[in-house]
Amino acid sequence: MGTHSMKVLKSMILALSILGLAACSSTGDEEAVAQTADTSGIDATTAAAQRAEAERIAREAEARRLMEQAALNTTVFYFDFDVSEFMASDRDVLAIHGRNLAANSSRRIRLEGHADERGTREYNLALGERRSHSIRDYLVVNGASLSQIETVSYGEERPADQGQTEAGYRLNRRVEIK
Amino acid sequence: MKKSIFQILLLGLFCARAVSAADLNIEITQGIDNPIPIAIVPFTWEGANALGEDVAEIVSADLQQVGEFRALGRANMLSMPDEASEVYFRDWRILAQDYLLIGKINHSPGSQLVQVQYEFFDVTREQKLIGEVLTGSVEQLRDIAHEISNVVYEQVTGNRGAFSTEILYVSAQFVSQDLTYYKIEKADYDGHRSQVLVESQEPLMSPAWSPDGRQIAYLSFETDLPRIYIQEIATGERRQITNFPGINSSPVWSPDGTKLAMVLSKDGSPDIYVMDLMSSELTRLTDHPRVDTEPSWTADSRSVVFTSDRTGQPQIYQVPVSGGSGGFAERLTFDCFYCAKARFLPDGKNLVHVRRGTREDNSYSIAIFNMDSQRVITLTDTSLDESPSVAPNGSMIMFATKVNGRGILDAVSIDGRVKFRLPSAQGDVREPSWSPFLN
Repeated sequence: MGTHSMKVLKSMILALSILGLAACSSTGDEEAVAQTADTSGIDATTAAAQRAEAERIAREAEARRLMEQAALNTTVFYFDFDVSEFMASDRDVLAIHGRNLAANSSRRIRLEGHADERGTREYNLALGERRSHSIRDYLVVNGASLSQIETVSYGEERPADQGQTEAGYRLNRRVEIK
Repeated sequence: MKKSIFQILLLGLFCARAVSAADLNIEITQGIDNPIPIAIVPFTWEGANALGEDVAEIVSADLQQVGEFRALGRANMLSMPDEASEVYFRDWRILAQDYLLIGKINHSPGSQLVQVQYEFFDVTREQKLIGEVLTGSVEQLRDIAHEISNVVYEQVTGNRGAFSTEILYVSAQFVSQDLTYYKIEKADYDGHRSQVLVESQEPLMSPAWSPDGRQIAYLSFETDLPRIYIQEIATGERRQITNFPGINSSPVWSPDGTKLAMVLSKDGSPDIYVMDLMSSELTRLTDHPRVDTEPSWTADSRSVVFTSDRTGQPQIYQVPVSGGSGGFAERLTFDCFYCAKARFLPDGKNLVHVRRGTREDNSYSIAIFNMDSQRVITLTDTSLDESPSVAPNGSMIMFATKVNGRGILDAVSIDGRVKFRLPSAQGDVREPSWSPFLN
């Protein structure tokens, strides 16, 4: 499920950036039109240009809002085996979480770190904590306050998948934002 | 022979109850090639009602589980004596038996108690080695049987038997992604007579015995954070020992009973600390930005062995307790990809640990590292082995593993020749902790 939402999010970001590019190029055209209209002194043309500009801004804002919403809805982050640094591909999404915390200073979150079952339980407890700290530190870099974030590690005690497969283990090595 | 009745004691949401849990059923999975042949004759009973326990059968099971013995089948016995005057050694020599155990159970005059009289013979030398009368209630027949096993084992091997010991372990029953029942249970070493000591819907971890066998320490997430608790076994009375930010884990009593080693990450990363149980004063033993965890004491209470990934992968280190955080941590293992959760055998030379040899082999086994010879013996062939715990006489190691997706407890002798298994009837069992001698 987490992987699926990640993919959706990635394609969304891609689509929105294309949209953004399209918006940029169309802006150029409209400005050109607006300048022509100015010289001819026709108010209606100016009004149309302003309307288009407002629409463009609204469209961009909506796109940004959707993207941020999708990012904020992504609350599970996966880790490679024996690695406690989050994946580079999660950086943008985590930055949005960090900025959201900065903008909402009363918001509190809990980062729950987990490990797969391989290796010893107490070492895995430590590994889960290190994973949650890696995400916490990046949220703070992006403006969140330490006091907004509680971290806890469950080690291998609460697997998301009960199986002994690589695929299951991949789902278990995670940090969840709660 | 003390077996106190569990008192029901409610403490807030929690309770230690005399719930009898599903027993673990022992299976011998590997024995040695030439076990010592021993005949254990059914003990006679003079009472009218059948006894709940078969003492001779319990002794047979005890002795066969540790692998050095093979008990003669009852159907093959030529006679069934219950006292010395009825013993004809040739009956047992013909059957190639080295030793003979006989006994009888009588009402103890003027009380509800029973008397178990047993006699133990060396068949080859036609000699009685020992005989005793043990008295107890009918409910204590299992304890009496284990006591007889201790005597027989010590007579033959010269080592103290650990048949009167108990184990702690964690059981987890998965119901749904949002609901798992976690319990800390206590049972006889062979899985019988299990009792629930702690239960919670949040994870429980790391049960540990106090050296006098009266208390346990463990980790509970009941406050949504991992915190250490100590509980009196007999009364269920419990107290929270730690409430530091971050991880509070891995409580282990010092052999002298005065201190608790633990892991705290309050200063940023997990480090080893020692708490004085009288004053609650903390001493920090390690100070490293990487993970230091899984402390265990050396027998003299003067140093602690622990796991650290300060060089990248987990390896085993040892640090003196007196040195504080300035104490030099000596690295003990070098030849493995992942070596963790180490503890010394009672001899102080052999280090039991969890080992993954190389990154490629992807298998975690229980192994023994000899500090003198620097040799490693791998004892197990399952691939998700962890939490080794050593019997107080140093003869067997119990550990947790997974078989067919199920968490079970396995035991292996320290020479790797004998194995037995304690599967749970339901749910997963893990983190066994073998008690000190309780008798």
